[in-house]
Amino acid sequence: MEIVYALAIGVLAGSGVWLLLRPRTFQVLMGLTLLSYATNIFIFGMGRLALHQAPIIEAGHAVDPTLYADPVPQALVLTAIVIGFATTALFLVVLLALRGMTGTDHVDGREPET
Amino acid sequence: MNLLLQHLVVLPIIIPLMAGAAMLFLSEASRGARTTLALASVLAQLAIGGVLLHLTSDAAAYIWQEGVGVYAIGNWPAPFGIVLVVDRLAAVMITLGAIVSLTTLVYSISRWDRPGQPFHSLFQLLTMGLNGAFLTGDLFNLFVFFEVLLAASYGLVLRGGGVARVKAGMHYIVVNLAASFLFLIGVALIYGVAGTLNMADLAGRVAALTREDRALFDTGAAVLGVAFLIKAGSWPLNFWLPGAYSAATAPVAAMFAMMTKVGLYAVLRVGTILGADDRLGAALFYLGLATLVTGSIAMLGAKHLARLVTYSVLVSTGILLAALGLQVDALTSPVLFYLIVSVLTTAAFFMLTGMTTDRTRVADPPGEARGGSAAEISPFYVGYGIKEPSVQPDDDEEIGIPIPATIAFLGLMFVCCVLLATGLPPLPGFVAKFMLLSTALTQPPGADGSAAVWALCGAVLLSGLAGIVALSRMGMRLFWSPIARETPRLRVLEAAPLALLVALCIGMSIGTGAVTNYLDAAARSLHQPDTYIRVVLAQRGGEHAEEHAR
Repeated sequence: MEIVYALAIGVLAGSGVWLLLRPRTFQVLMGLTLLSYATNIFIFGMGRLALHQAPIIEAGHAVDPTLYADPVPQALVLTAIVIGFATTALFLVVLLALRGMTGTDHVDGREPET
Repeated sequence: MNLLLQHLVVLPIIIPLMAGAAMLFLSEASRGARTTLALASVLAQLAIGGVLLHLTSDAAAYIWQEGVGVYAIGNWPAPFGIVLVVDRLAAVMITLGAIVSLTTLVYSISRWDRPGQPFHSLFQLLTMGLNGAFLTGDLFNLFVFFEVLLAASYGLVLRGGGVARVKAGMHYIVVNLAASFLFLIGVALIYGVAGTLNMADLAGRVAALTREDRALFDTGAAVLGVAFLIKAGSWPLNFWLPGAYSAATAPVAAMFAMMTKVGLYAVLRVGTILGADDRLGAALFYLGLATLVTGSIAMLGAKHLARLVTYSVLVSTGILLAALGLQVDALTSPVLFYLIVSVLTTAAFFMLTGMTTDRTRVADPPGEARGGSAAEISPFYVGYGIKEPSVQPDDDEEIGIPIPATIAFLGLMFVCCVLLATGLPPLPGFVAKFMLLSTALTQPPGADGSAAVWALCGAVLLSGLAGIVALSRMGMRLFWSPIARETPRLRVLEAAPLALLVALCIGMSIGTGAVTNYLDAAARSLHQPDTYIRVVLAQRGGEHAEEHAR
């Protein structure tokens, strides 16, 4: 499972970086989105992968923490998703504004001279 | 009073948050109420900054345990909940931030804040992010406050519109978003290895790591460091900075002068708590030197005042990073002194760029673009009670050309800013650089460090020379060139904050002794993180005792 997980992160991050370096704004947006997926899955993985384990410990009696999933990365991922999503949405607005102002979707606001 | 003291640490975050949120409910027409609210919030932050400065000093060490104030959010004990910690360094940074935001806010009220609703809310959220980043004792929380700060700055940098601004703003957003992902990866790696995000708790756990884990931890710390350096504007990660800073309107750029220093603060804070590595120090030194050199060359080539000031930000970042990279504990206090001076100088300089109405700005401020309304609202023609500018005396005996009062004032301020930025006596820019270099020369780092020190000295002095050349050329073009152009109007609301910042700098060079004493103590406590760690974690013991008692 770890191998598949790591490969998924690698593929997402790799394609994200490649798209981020492209000259078109929409590609950059997609790149940022993929990178944020990779980052979020990575954070989640840092709590160790576990199947059929609850992150919530019942109060009142002593428990063995190895039988439970780590709740902290899950909370961190939620925060990171919200922040990443909001800033990406803001970026989308700026992207559209620049597209409307310059009439091109090149990140420099003008087509490169050939 | 006791209740206030207990919650004092969280107030610099709560006040701007509340003020910023409350403004959203005010209609666009109620400009006075919004301005009053904004000013009250910033003034309160300044007052709290002053109180924090006092409480963390030796004079009031009995109030907080060892002069470090800890606030557990939601009263969750330290390594599990998020803590806010205020020590001397945090208090200095909060006060500095409040000074810059107060002057910038007053400056912006004259004409830059219209339409005002989003500007003032975003401005308050920006100060909230700044204060939070300085206060927090938790790595992930640091990320959150960085994002609050950046989200507000994304909105502010776009103010005024125009293709150039939107383009620079977009580049700024992309680079900082990517940096945020790096930040997250670094934080996640550190959490995955050490199992905690509390900085004080981390410091204890790092020592106990096995060798394999330690390598992974160092990787996480390095990724985190890269994220901090992107925000601080270190070469080669700073190509986004000149565009964004010079395209922003003058007050926004003045606030940004504070923002690059947040990255430096993070490097300093996390570096000292986690115990810096020798390799890390060397990397910082060379990166800082490269930033310094490239910034100086760029200053020589800059054609617009705003760009020139932006490159001077890079130069100051370079000096700070290189000095930190030498890893001499005695250098931290001069570094902090230089940091304060450079923030005040850059803020003043950016304000000046907004007042010299020539082609140095990308576009006119929003107030100007909407026709004559701005002129009617603030009809203060003359700054400092002097007669109307560009008045022509009738008598023929006059020799030479009369200098309009505005130009005289702007010229004087420009000269002061140049002296400050390049480090010429008698202003504190000189004091700061002198302390930095003399400390570095008298206490070289290790046996083979003297070459590094000499390289730093040479680079700092040459960058000063480059700065003088570039700035005096710019000054001649701005103030002496014979091109017939309208004399810029001087508004009291713009002139007063600028004069105040310069006066503060002059005050700093008079009161250097008091300031350095405080900064020395701040640097000492930074390099003995045991106190910080003990106080933050001691709070856990207290809470547990309370629970057991129940």
